[in-house]
Order: sequence, then structure tokens, then C-alpha cells
Amino acid sequence: MLEGLKKWFNKLLGREAKPDAEDEKAKLKDSVQQVVEAESKPAEEAKKAADAAKAEAESSEPNIEESSTQEVEKVADKPRVGYIHMSGCTGDGMSLTENYDILSTVLTEMIDIVYGTTLVDVWTEGTFAQEMPEMDVALIEGSVCLQDEHSIKELLEVREKAGLVVAFGSCAMTGCFTRYSRGGQLAQPKHESFVPISNLVKVDAAIPGCPASPEIIAKTIVALVNGDMDYLTPMLNMAACDLACGCDLQTSVVNKALCCGCGTCVLACPTRALEMVEGRPSHNKSRCIKCGACSTHCPRTWFPAERVKKDLGL
Amino acid sequence: MAFGTYKEVVCARSTDKDIQKVSQDGGIVTALFAYALEENIIEGAIVAGDTEDPWKPEPTIALSREDLLAAAGTKYTFSPNAIKIKEAVRQNGLEKIGTVGTPCQIMGLRKMQSYPFSTRFVADKIKLMIGIFCTENFPRDSLRTFIDGKLHSSLAATTKMDIGKGKFWIDTVDGKQGLKIKETHGYEQAGCNICRDLVAKYADVSTGSIGSADGWSTVFPRTEGGNEVFQAAVEAGLIETKPMDEGKFGLELLEKLANNKADKGNAERERRLGLGLPLPQEL
Ligand SMILES: Cc1cc2nc3c(=O)[nH]c(=O)nc-3n(C[C@H](O)[C@H](O)[C@H](O)COP(=O)(O)OP(=O)(O)OC[C@H]3O[C@@H](n4cnc5c(N)ncnc54)[C@H](O)[C@@H]3O)c2cc1C
Ligand code: SF4
Ligand code: SF4
Ligand code: SF4
Repeated sequence: MLEGLKKWFNKLLGREAKPDAEDEKAKLKDSVQQVVEAESKPAEEAKKAADAAKAEAESSEPNIEESSTQEVEKVADKPRVGYIHMSGCTGDGMSLTENYDILSTVLTEMIDIVYGTTLVDVWTEGTFAQEMPEMDVALIEGSVCLQDEHSIKELLEVREKAGLVVAFGSCAMTGCFTRYSRGGQLAQPKHESFVPISNLVKVDAAIPGCPASPEIIAKTIVALVNGDMDYLTPMLNMAACDLACGCDLQTSVVNKALCCGCGTCVLACPTRALEMVEGRPSHNKSRCIKCGACSTHCPRTWFPAERVKKDLGL
Repeated sequence: MAFGTYKEVVCARSTDKDIQKVSQDGGIVTALFAYALEENIIEGAIVAGDTEDPWKPEPTIALSREDLLAAAGTKYTFSPNAIKIKEAVRQNGLEKIGTVGTPCQIMGLRKMQSYPFSTRFVADKIKLMIGIFCTENFPRDSLRTFIDGKLHSSLAATTKMDIGKGKFWIDTVDGKQGLKIKETHGYEQAGCNICRDLVAKYADVSTGSIGSADGWSTVFPRTEGGNEVFQAAVEAGLIETKPMDEGKFGLELLEKLANNKADKGNAERERRLGLGLPLPQEL
């Protein structure tokens, strides 16, 4: 399974894929389909995927006994994940840990957290400065402050060290509420310009949300571990998006004659900045935190027909 | 496929006289929710409740059979039921929710279930989604305009609205009046013009009037869960069924209209692309 994930990274990063990659990918897709079709709840999905991973490990145990180097590879095969904290509220990290029933499985059997100030204590800027390791995936929470040299240095280094850079939560993706910052406050009055991380580095995927929900995080981890690139497509498509606000809903959906009055945007909005008036979302600018949840959830921006059918068994 | 995936298609109606009296067609939506409430399959349902203003529905959390009966019947204007779901979960503490919606409303909620980006533990609480067939929906002022201007009546005087046999009908104290559907064209919301789903392909159970006689409904149980609830309600005697008419006024008509809608939606999409306008991205 994880071989497939690595090949996918390589493909994503434009590196040459091995000739057998396609084969592997097809196999991978099958196994993912089984997992996803079988379950609808993310927690159950994750457990199932973990069980499958375990079963796979067990079934190949004889090989491991034959050679100790293979055993090392096996352990090293878990995706190495970094959790990088820029200017945000840690809500997305907390959301990750809110997957109580699968958290220990995720952390022990599905991924290795190799870098971060939260969850693990490995940080280049820490009291005991440690070198940033190579990572398969870097989850970056928070926007980046242009006056914060440490953040910029860390962000640029992460881009070098990580295969996949993920904007984790709305602050990293769109800037979210940090967009309102104008500086002049303690502890650092000069810190005034907070921008989406994609303004400085190439971002490969984004998981919007203020915060990203525990369920989407669980579903994303399952998809990552299984190399289910189909599920991740919307996240890849949103990677470069750095502009999302209730006004974008007006300009990209309502102004484009696409709105059908379904109200999903209002349901998605975490701050009640939207209400339905005469069948259209009406945007209260002073409540909006620019999280992008409304545009993300609107069925008229994008619609995952195949995934919906699969999830419903239709 | 014109009808999407489904377990079966039947003609059905509620056996409950109280429901028959207030429902739009066979009362399938109200009967299924009432049964699901009774059996604790859901703890509440979001429906289109009435307000003080005539024909200005407001999404409402129905917690009882009485609430459901009060909200029965079609309102041919917006009732964005989705907006009440968070309140039902967080304020009312409901763990199992039913909701009814047009195909596009169902799409918004299904997208949220498959990709719950920013809605923490909300979309997973929706346990029964009933889709209603839909050709188009109207802004309330559109209804007002053609009811006032073309039918010389008013929203306040109208007790029921219905679309069927090529006409838009209103019931008033003076009786029934019909307006040729063609006369309502141009009054529908623009978002409907690119819509290609007549039969709510992603609902648990879909229902509508096309294909069935007056007082009956055409029903497609689709998902495992939806089928279970529907069959159980039939077994409990709350819903009676008969085979669908396969002919010209039955399934054949429904198929024709479903295909027409898809063709029109596609043609409008082409036109918009030609103008350089965006369309929803299909994944
Ligand atoms: C805008 C619109 C267009 C329609 N177009 C067609 C059509 O072209 N062909 C066809 O066969 N059927 C159409 N229908 C469906 C049809 O009118 C009936 O609603 C359906 O057959 C269900 O009837 P019933 O007797 O089972 O429901 P009932 O038992 O009467 O219950 C109807 C339920 O739907 C809810 N509801 C009513 N209006 C709305 C609304 N606007 N939005 C969300 N929920 C609502 C009510 O609160 C109630 O819970 C349309 C419905 C709507 C709302
Ligand atoms: S309107 Fe609401 S959902 Fe949309 S960006 Fe603003 S706060 Fe977020
Ligand atoms: S989610 Fe999109 S289509 Fe639905 S009401 Fe909001 S803007 Fe309109
Ligand atoms: S025609 Fe389509 S877009 Fe319009 S209300 Fe019906 S389902 Fe929604």
C-alpha cells in the first residue's frame, strides 16, 4: 500500500514513476474501494484501513523473518508526517486529536509524526533546536506572517524537506481570520501581514475548514494511507486557492447564475455570516472570517458525483 | 440512466386519511417521516413549514406527527431545509435527522457527507434523505407575479399549488384555475436551467407525482437504508403500493420528462460555456 503512496508522491512531484507503477495503482484503487464501500463512518473506515494494514503486515510476516532489513523497511514505511504550526489557533490540530476512537491507531499504526511542536516535541526553533527531518507529508496549520523570519525560514525549509505540503485548515489555505490583522499589537506590533502559505511556497493540497472537521481529517488520513488519489482530488484542486470568502460565493456562484437556493453554504458557515434571503445567501461581511467553507461546500462550485454514488452504494 | 440507481419503482400512497387530506400527492414524504419518527429511526425531520406570510415557507424542525402534518404539501418556492440541520443537532441535540429536498438540496447534503470539510459532526446525523422530483423552482415574487398578473388571484387567496397535466394550478375559494406551463417559463430561477436531475438520484428514497394518478406517488427506494424504511412502512400497512403503469402516462412519461430535463440542462450548459461562463466542476 505505502509503495503506492510513494509512487503517487513521485508522480505528483513530477519525478519518474517506475514501470510497474500503474499496476500497483490499480491494485491500490481496488483495496481502497473495498474499504470505502464497506463503511460510511470515518472512524470505522480508519479502523478498517488500520486492520487491513495490520493483516497485510501479518500475512507478510514470514518474509520479515527471513530478513531483518525488511523489517526495518516495514516500520519505516508508515508515512512520516510533520505538523507545522504557523499563525493559527491550533484548532485543526485539536480537530485531529478529536478522533478519539481512532487516534491511538492512527498515531501508532498508520502514521509517524516526525516533526512538530504539538503532538511531538521536535522543532528547529525549539530550545533544543533539532534538525528538520525528511517528511512524506507536512500538515501546515496557520497563515504565514511576512514579518516573522522564523516562520518564513521554517516554511521554506518544510517545502524542501516534505514530499507533500498540505495547507491544513483555512488559515493556511486562505489566511482566514488572520487576514484582518493590521499589526500594532503586542507581543509583536510589527507583525501585521499574514498571508496564505501558497503565497510563499508551492502547496500540493488544502483541507479547508475553521477548523477542518475531525471527520474530514480521518477521511483524508485513510485516503492518504491507501493512496486513494480520487478522494483527494478536491484537496489537490484547492491547493492554489488563496481567496475565499462569503463575497466569493456571491461573485462565483450567485453572480454566475449558478445558485439553486439549496442553503448548504449557510449550513457550512461557522460564524452565521450567511443567511438565506429570498432563496439566496446574503453575506454579512462583519461576521465573515474568510474561511471559505461556504464556497467549498456549495454543490454548484464542484460536485463529487462518483464519490457520492460510491459512498451510498449506488 | 434517466432514473439513476434504484431498488424498484412503485406507485404508492399513504393509507392514513389525515395525511391524504393535507399531502401534495400520495403523502409518501409525510408518511415515511411519521413512520421513521414513530420507530425512532429519526428523532426529527426538517421540513418546509408555513409562516405568517402566505407561501413563504421556512425550514422547520418537525418533532411530531402533528408538526409533519402542518408542513405537508408542496411550496413551489425556496425552503432551504439544510440551514436548520446544525440547529437540530446542536440546539435540539438530535442524533438522527430526516430531511426532504429537491434534487439540488440533496446534492448539497450528500457532498457534505462525503466531504465534511468544515461541519464538525453534523452531516453524519442525517439518516433519512427524501428527495422530491423537481422540474424547476420559483422565487416567491415570480409566483406572486404570475398568480396576480396572469391568474388574477393572489398568494393569500391560494390554498394549494400544483403542477400537472401541462398546467400550473391554484386552488382558491373560487375553485381551481390553471395556467399553461409555458406561461410560467422565464419565471423559474436561473440556477434551475443547468439542472439535469429530475428524480433526485442521490436521495435515500425519491418520490414525485409524475407517472402516477392523482392522489398517488411514484416512488424510487434507492439506498439500502432508504429501501429498508420504505419496505417496513409498507409492511406496517402505513403505505399501500401497486405496480407502476409502464405506459404513456406512467414510466414512459417520467422517462421522457427526465431525459428532456437532462437535454435542456446540457444545452444551457453548452450555451454558457460558449459565453465563457463557469459551470460546476464534476468530479
Ligand atoms: C419546487 C418543487 C418542484 C417540484 N416539481 C415536481 C415535478 O416537476 N414533478 C413531480 O412529479 N413532482 C414535483 N415536485 C414534488 C411534488 O410536488 C411533491 O412534493 C412530492 O410528490 C411529494 O408529495 P407527497 O404527497 O409525498 O409529500 P407530502 O406528504 O405532501 O410532503 C411534502 C414534504 O415536502 C416539504 N416541502 C414542500 N415544499 C418544499 C420545498 N420547496 N423545499 C423543500 N421541501 C419542501 C414539505 O414540508 C413536506 O414535508 C416538486 C416539488 C417542489 C418543492
Ligand atoms: S461567509 Fe461564512 S463560510 Fe463563507 S467565508 Fe465567511 S465565515 Fe466562512
Ligand atoms: S450552497 Fe451554493 S447553490 Fe446552495 S444556496 Fe449557497 S450559493 Fe446557492
Ligand atoms: S430544477 Fe434542479 S436546481 Fe432547480 S430547484 Fe429543482 S433540483 Fe434545484
